Amino acid sequence: MTILEQNLGLTSPLWQRRSRRQRATAAVLPLLRRPGFSLAVLIVLFSLLAAVAPQWLTSFDPYATAPAVKLTAPNLTHWFGTDELGRDLYTRVVYGSSLSVLAAFLAVGIALLGGLGLGILSGFAGGRIDAVIMRFVDVLLALPGLLLALAIVTAIGFGTVPVAIAVGVGIIPGFARTTRAEVLRVKTLPYVEAARLGGASWGRTLLRHILPNAWGPVAVLATLDFGAAILATAGLSFLGFGAAPPAAEWGTLIANGRHFLITAPWVSLLPGLFLVAVVFSLNHIARTFEEVQR
Amino acid sequence: MNALVDVHKLSVSYRHGNLAVNQLSLTIAQGETLAIVGESGSGKSTLANAILGLLPDSANISAGELWVDGNNLTHASERQKRSLRGRTIGLVPQDPMVSLNPTLRVGQQIAEALILAKGKRYPGVDADIVELLQQVGIDKPVLRARQYPHELSGGMRQRVLIAIALAGNPRLIIADEPTSALDVTVQRKILDHLQRLVSERGISLLIITHDLGVALDRADRILVMQQGQVVEHGAPRQILGAPQHDYTRALIAAAPAFAKRRPPLARPDPTQPPILQLQNVGKTFALPRVKGEDATFVALEDLSLQVYPGQTLAIVGESGSGKSTALRIALGLEKPSRGRVWFEQQDVTDLSWRDFRPLRQRLQLVQQNPFAALDPRFTVFDSIVEPLVSFGLLKGLALEQAARELISRVHLPVSFLDRLPRELSGGQCQRVAIARALALKPDLLLLDEPVSALDVSVQAHILELLQELQRDMGIAYVLVSHDLSVVANFAHEVLVLRNGRVVEQGSVERIFNRPTSDYTRELIGAIPGQHATASAA
Repeated sequence: MTILEQNLGLTSPLWQRRSRRQRATAAVLPLLRRPGFSLAVLIVLFSLLAAVAPQWLTSFDPYATAPAVKLTAPNLTHWFGTDELGRDLYTRVVYGSSLSVLAAFLAVGIALLGGLGLGILSGFAGGRIDAVIMRFVDVLLALPGLLLALAIVTAIGFGTVPVAIAVGVGIIPGFARTTRAEVLRVKTLPYVEAARLGGASWGRTLLRHILPNAWGPVAVLATLDFGAAILATAGLSFLGFGAAPPAAEWGTLIANGRHFLITAPWVSLLPGLFLVAVVFSLNHIARTFEEVQR
Repeated sequence: MNALVDVHKLSVSYRHGNLAVNQLSLTIAQGETLAIVGESGSGKSTLANAILGLLPDSANISAGELWVDGNNLTHASERQKRSLRGRTIGLVPQDPMVSLNPTLRVGQQIAEALILAKGKRYPGVDADIVELLQQVGIDKPVLRARQYPHELSGGMRQRVLIAIALAGNPRLIIADEPTSALDVTVQRKILDHLQRLVSERGISLLIITHDLGVALDRADRILVMQQGQVVEHGAPRQILGAPQHDYTRALIAAAPAFAKRRPPLARPDPTQPPILQLQNVGKTFALPRVKGEDATFVALEDLSLQVYPGQTLAIVGESGSGKSTALRIALGLEKPSRGRVWFEQQDVTDLSWRDFRPLRQRLQLVQQNPFAALDPRFTVFDSIVEPLVSFGLLKGLALEQAARELISRVHLPVSFLDRLPRELSGGQCQRVAIARALALKPDLLLLDEPVSALDVSVQAHILELLQELQRDMGIAYVLVSHDLSVVANFAHEVLVLRNGRVVEQGSVERIFNRPTSDYTRELIGAIPGQHATASAA
């Protein structure tokens, strides 16, 4: 009883703000208890690690050919088997991450910056600026994304970075639309008015109130489109617009295997499955976040 | 079994172990009006949903029995429950603003209910729609049936919802807080109408409300609920005259209509200059051009008012009477079309936002909806100190110290500073909003319907807090309300607005004891609970 009283007596005057870290852990911990979510996070972390430090995950050289073991089926030494030049496929998938993940980050980054910028500008300014931006976005939306990306790649040249830029520009409209809708919604809420009356400038209101509260659906869209961007870059690489041959990238790896689909299906199948697993995990994470927000 | 509804020792629990209705028994006879009174969270809506068979998946009936019209609904199938809904039980839902489908014409929505009740589409459906709309007291029913919900006012939407409930010719209508979102005068008209329709047709009525006044005026019997249990049960006169339970006594004390009129508040020194002054203010809005209609809308006409330091001025009126516009003009959020606004000795009419900013430290607002007034991502601490941070007045430890002082000023525990708005109740949210408005130590606080979204008992606490703050800190208030009963014990001066014009202006005692206009008399008459008080006295 005395301890309780002491605690009561001590804690109430000595109240301290809870730190950001404490609040973040309180929000994330229950999510990590879900097995599906944890698995998805692990897979995504694995691909991120592969992108940053591929040498930690494999001992083979992605470019070393070994004609003696060409097109071997998956076994304990070569987990994903080998391709037509005897290169270890698992190693090539791991080394390919860096290009693929970089491309996806670049694409989503471009879409986020462009989409958020356009969306906030048109939601906030309204009137003519809004009309002009939204008609421009309508035009972009009217074109199929892959077609738009193809046109951009043909215009600015081949390679991973141009492909990423093309994919990024292709998904800007969705971001712009979502951001604008959210900004319009949040802008009229009473707490924004209260903040303005409390003396906050528009910049402060925008950064502290409107953006964080409009951010939720946009963040979910970004996670979702991260998977879509990986797929789109892989698709463009498959068509031959992506990385030049010796470099490994998930799309080119899958494209490579199409000559041996009957004799050596693993050459396309296993990189393909890995890609599917990563995109699936990202979708799952996005969905979980969406559910939690509600 | 004679009773239409017979609930016997019913318990409803939610999956997370929370018992919403606990061992509750009640009966409703044919043609009877029963009112269930309780605060939010007392389980009254859960009970209504159980009778309707509309409990959410997370809730289930854990004990007891539920009979409706001779059918045992305790564990009935969805099909059985559906056959009762609409035809035996009709529902008038709580919020008319969100209870109609915005993409369907009003007539179509009534037709839907009619066709469901008949089981098939039939030729006379259009005539029936018009007849129903007429019965619920809507003028120009043929036109209204072709309109969309957003074209109707809140009161009209509530009438449409009543028409939908009546469409299936039910034997029981459940009205879940039917008018808490409406103005008092509209509220009275709609309840009168509903009651007349119900008694003409011999329908039973179950009114669920947090307002004891409404229940006392309307019901044959009253059931007072607290934490899922019935604490008192009896005729209105008995409940009001000889309440048995402490909780009932607390409810009666909280209901503004029964509160003892306080001695008139001390008049402030008349030689002091007014802190806020509106001179012949008018506001005209431009409307989208429609042929044959006016191009402008006059929201305010020739409004003059003075607020003196430490004094409360109440602006009373229905929605659309221009009272919020007056407040927004005083705050500098809108520019008046005519007239001048003076803050202390300074003309602030044409000040730009930037020039007005220093004055914001002296003039603050408390908004209507406490849940929407707080940023959901801000902790209570962040919300309260935001004005201080915006003006760059305090930092670090001094800021935390200020937050602790402010939160204890509004009588909330210091540990609440870490909470998010969704972890607070409505009354607590409103306290936080008040603390935020107090942060800059203003001299004038504008209160925009500060209690209309809250339960009656919570209302009383918030008003008490506001009065205490006025005594301690000498803040002047401008209180905007649609409810005269809220104003009665709170204001020094009252100003009654209607359609943008001042109907009456004067001290509280004069307005209440010697109202000069019919409209004021109507407003006073609409305060719920008066019939009961008069008959008990």
